[in-house]
Amino acid sequence: MLSVFAPRILQMSQKMGSRLIVRNSAHFNYYPDTVAASEGETNRMNLFQAINNSLDLALTNNSSALIFGEDVAFGGVFRCTIGLQDKHGKERVFNTPLCEQGIVGFGIGLAAAGATAIAEIQFADYIFPAFDQILNEASKFRYRAGNQFDCGALTIRAPCGAVGHGALYHSQSVESFFAHIPGIKIVIPRGPIQAKGLLMSCIEDKNPCIFFEPKILYRAAVEQVPIKEYKIPLSKAEVVVEGDDVTLIGWGTQVHVLHEVCQMAQDSLNISCELIDLQTIVPWDRETVRNSVKKTGRVLIAHEAPLTGGFGAEIAATIQQECFLHLEAPISRVTGFDTPFPHIYEPFYIPDKWRCLHALKKLINF
Amino acid sequence: MFVSRSLIKLQRYGLIKVCRNLCNQSSTTSTGNVDLKLENLEEKPAFPGSRSKWTSQLEFIRSENYEGIPVYRVMDREGKIIEPDGDPNLGQEMITKLYKGMTLLNTMDRVLYESQRQGRISFYMTSYGEEGTHFGSSAALRSDDLIFGQYREAGVLMWRGFTLDQFMSQCYGNIDDLGKGRQMPVHYGSKDLNFVTISSTLATQMPQAVGASYALKRQGSGRIVICYFGEGASSEGDAHAALNFAATLDCPIIFFCRNNGYAISTPTREQYRGDGIAGRGPGYGMATLRVDGNDTLAVYKATAAARRICLEESKPVLIEAMTYRIGHHSTSDDSTAYRSVDEVRFWHQKDHPISRLRKYMEQRSWWNDELEKDWKEESKRQVMQAFVAAEKKIKPNVKEMFTDVYDEMPPHLTEQYESLMEHLKHYGEHYPLKKFNGMGDS
Repeated sequence: MLSVFAPRILQMSQKMGSRLIVRNSAHFNYYPDTVAASEGETNRMNLFQAINNSLDLALTNNSSALIFGEDVAFGGVFRCTIGLQDKHGKERVFNTPLCEQGIVGFGIGLAAAGATAIAEIQFADYIFPAFDQILNEASKFRYRAGNQFDCGALTIRAPCGAVGHGALYHSQSVESFFAHIPGIKIVIPRGPIQAKGLLMSCIEDKNPCIFFEPKILYRAAVEQVPIKEYKIPLSKAEVVVEGDDVTLIGWGTQVHVLHEVCQMAQDSLNISCELIDLQTIVPWDRETVRNSVKKTGRVLIAHEAPLTGGFGAEIAATIQQECFLHLEAPISRVTGFDTPFPHIYEPFYIPDKWRCLHALKKLINF
Repeated sequence: MFVSRSLIKLQRYGLIKVCRNLCNQSSTTSTGNVDLKLENLEEKPAFPGSRSKWTSQLEFIRSENYEGIPVYRVMDREGKIIEPDGDPNLGQEMITKLYKGMTLLNTMDRVLYESQRQGRISFYMTSYGEEGTHFGSSAALRSDDLIFGQYREAGVLMWRGFTLDQFMSQCYGNIDDLGKGRQMPVHYGSKDLNFVTISSTLATQMPQAVGASYALKRQGSGRIVICYFGEGASSEGDAHAALNFAATLDCPIIFFCRNNGYAISTPTREQYRGDGIAGRGPGYGMATLRVDGNDTLAVYKATAAARRICLEESKPVLIEAMTYRIGHHSTSDDSTAYRSVDEVRFWHQKDHPISRLRKYMEQRSWWNDELEKDWKEESKRQVMQAFVAAEKKIKPNVKEMFTDVYDEMPPHLTEQYESLMEHLKHYGEHYPLKKFNGMGDS
């Protein structure tokens, strides 16, 4: 199922750094986050380093915690697990055979028998062989056993999203497939500070969680991240930018695209946008979204995944039901098209700032 | 680092194949998988992926050139011990307990099968003909060993002490069902008895069982895992995953395959062409044994020996128990549509685990017709008593439909629960409220 060669292309391409950006310029500008001085000492970390730090803390705090997956032992194809085997031992950080259904099944069993299981799927695109184990097993384990058994101590991490040249099988955003499954939680961070705190929450949460990491941010996103252990609550959206005229909703890399759209709208149209980072896809924070929409009356939802059946549809339907009297325009969705994720056409495929801005103008002028 | 830079260059020049070869070569030498001694290079291949010799004979390995793995047995069909020192000498008390368990399961199967025919429960699956695999194997385990099953292992749970009341409550989904009435009948589970709740999805429990055994190994508790599955489930991808993970990660687990000849209507001839399931064990690098599943004593000895390997060597073991599914696949199946009555009759009359153990007992004067008659009446009385009690019990409260989806009920589920309650206020007369605990007055 997994192309052994493909991960290396990406790994190498990241090492190439700026040269590749020339070939495929990034479709977003990263908006770094900051923390209050009261959060204590910070370190400069990119996304993969923040995840590594979070995993290191999880292994240090909890002797039952284990990390496993394809190629995690030498540090992972994206460097997220680097140094962890040396520090915590081969029994706790180890490679598995190349088999996604095995990885997730194995993780469920670990969790059911009392271990804290942190599984890695090398690309979200390759999580589908494990779909059955996630959908029929992990999510229903507690329910079907009458709470006698559970696999709540399982976390599955997987890199997701567009990366500039990943084409069909190194670019997908698959969250909506999992949003239809009662019993699991799905979380996507927008940067290093969120990644560390949200991953820690996933690992300690008593329910199976899937943590999707926007791989384009692994090196591109750099922030001053608190070195202490901290958690960011699940099922809680964050208002990243406050505004009055329109609510923009996104997650992952798309939050940064929308952040730029906020500025463009302010500068060129004098429109005040409120930007919400959903952070947890399910169970999602309807209250924060509802409060914002009731204030602004207009909504734009943007995600990289295809339109039809995308999670934007769920948000839009819920807003329509709960904020009907407050809406002054139809809810707008700017998303990937209903095609596979293409290679050379990526710049035309992604819901970039120009497509978002265009939709925003229509929304305002409705 | 050297590899990476070379790769980038090669990739840029489009030499993808070269790049891949280089990468494979470099990674194996650098990780030190192979001890390369220059003087031996011609004597043996140096490929990291195998440990074999050279040959200049062009000869394919063909499975028909090998005899099948033999079937280990302790006693013959007449209950006679074959090798003088083959008898595990379990003693009268233990053997009687095994026999009573197997026959009690048989009696429960008959009553619940009939109750499904009468529409009193929605579904059932019997264990006819496979009682020996259940009781022989579970008797060889420690009571805190963790069990993962498929669905035709009720005897394992019975040996552990799951009561007739608990079996019946699950099948009826009544208020005493540990699973809160959420799953179909025969999907048993018990935390207290270390029996992980059954799910319908075939073979999914197999890699889970491997993970659990890895966790138990790290806990250093001396516990192992046993994982039961049928020969049909062995065709699932999860079976492959499980066997390979268990071997590479050195997991203390017994894979116990019940090869009963059929997966619903599909005979083994259409399930595989190799030497059964046991034939795959060596391919995964696993200690493997094939045993006569109708010989309860052989199953016992095989499982006990496998358990020792798991513990002492921290390695997995594969046991394939050869048996025959005497009953229909389930109450939704009529097996006469795909196999002959004569075939079924042969196994029922000539090679049944219950009658074989009885012969063994009779030779030692541990059992006779009178004891048989008394026990039949007694066991039937016990089963009927539990059956009647389970049928009378009320179902759980409808709120249990919403609990345990997550550890805590999230706001959207609370809202959905409240909306159902609101609906029932207006339309309650159209629902079977009186059958559910605390719902009758709403």
